[in-house]
Amino acid sequence: MGALDLFSHLPPSTDGAWRVAEVTRRARQLIERGFDRLWVRGEVTGFKSYRSGHWYFTLRDADAQIRCVMWQSDNRRVRTQPTEGTEVFVEARPTVWEERGEFRLTVKRLLPSAADGAWQIELEKAKAALERDGLFDSARKRPLPPFPSRIAVVTSEDGAALRDIIAVTKRRWPVVELVVVPTRVQGDGVETEIRAALRTADRVRGVDLIIVGRGGGSREDLWAFNTEIVARAVAAVSVPTISAVGHETDVTLTDLVADVRAATPSAAAEAAVPDAERVQASVDQLARRLARGLSGRTQLAEERLARTADRLGVAVTSRMAEERAYVSELAARLDALSPLKVLRRGYAVARNAAGKVLKRTRDFEPDVAFHLTVSDGTVAAIPRGNDG
Amino acid sequence: MAKRKPTLQSELESLEAIVRELEEDDLDLDRAIGRFEEGVRHLKVARDLLAKSELTVKKVLEETDGTIALQDLDD
Repeated sequence: MGALDLFSHLPPSTDGAWRVAEVTRRARQLIERGFDRLWVRGEVTGFKSYRSGHWYFTLRDADAQIRCVMWQSDNRRVRTQPTEGTEVFVEARPTVWEERGEFRLTVKRLLPSAADGAWQIELEKAKAALERDGLFDSARKRPLPPFPSRIAVVTSEDGAALRDIIAVTKRRWPVVELVVVPTRVQGDGVETEIRAALRTADRVRGVDLIIVGRGGGSREDLWAFNTEIVARAVAAVSVPTISAVGHETDVTLTDLVADVRAATPSAAAEAAVPDAERVQASVDQLARRLARGLSGRTQLAEERLARTADRLGVAVTSRMAEERAYVSELAARLDALSPLKVLRRGYAVARNAAGKVLKRTRDFEPDVAFHLTVSDGTVAAIPRGNDG
Repeated sequence: MAKRKPTLQSELESLEAIVRELEEDDLDLDRAIGRFEEGVRHLKVARDLLAKSELTVKKVLEETDGTIALQDLDD
């Protein structure tokens, strides 16, 4: 009775009877509305792949069977075609094929072995929960500190990941301090251990960045980083996070939650710290701008003074001279801090008799003496010609 | 509580601000010199911080009472 009631509000046909197409269309609407997407477990039988690329098969268990279709656009992501009798998990939507009045599943995803499938389903559930809570939102991603001073590394104490991170940091940015929060990264109950290590890392004073991860391994080895427990613990950290789990191709839930995902532990270290040489160069650049900024100011003051000197008289002039002397003293102090240090590394500055720096071959004239300033003084030199 | 340690970031930010101020045109000379001196101080701190060339690696130990201790990590 109930089912018939559902049909009763349909537009009546002229002779009071239903057209077949109307029944199947209505059935399809009801079925599609009545089910969400489902994960269904069963055995594949009668598999056929058509020239169009679409797959047709039947899924069965001991008690029943159901026709399935998987469109080419969905099945091209499945690595291997299921063979007769394989047990699979399918994520599918029940529907009715109207033209044939046939009940069937439209399969969106198919996982070829039962073990694989169970794993995948658990992952999907965790992922959906994290997604629901907005933990993958790009708006959540925090920028990394440009010059971290203390980085916590949550990983195994004797793993390759830690060695790689130390090596890269040592090379690029020894200015930083690394604090290692050791934790097991695989094995039973390891999720809560990683979570505890993350919480500890977050409590260490002065930590401005946390790297969490491990080197490559099998999917089972990386499993902890696909658990909701670890992913949520990473999301809860109060400073920016970089995750580095396994190799390039492994993307875990932890990776999706972290502020930055690095393909490998070495890449995590590269992302975490700047290159000291580059920073040195930009500091030198700032030093030059600082010196230029001041000399610009004194020039301006001198020009102004020149205009007003007649009126203000000698007093101002002497004050100006004092200030100028002071400025050159400051400039000398700046010099002492600065690029001249480069000379100590073996570079030399060439100047002509007038003191002009010679930067290009065309600045040198054959047989005209010039001076070379090296770390501890100056030597006279004469160019013999052009080396080319 | 120990005094807050200067960080490279804060030093460079201060330095950058001073340089910008000096590069603008409406700063009188006394003030310019004062700011310049300040800039030189930040520059020196920044260079000292950058001069650290030995990476330190420590290991975090959490005591049973929840306190955190740092210990040198033997390579």
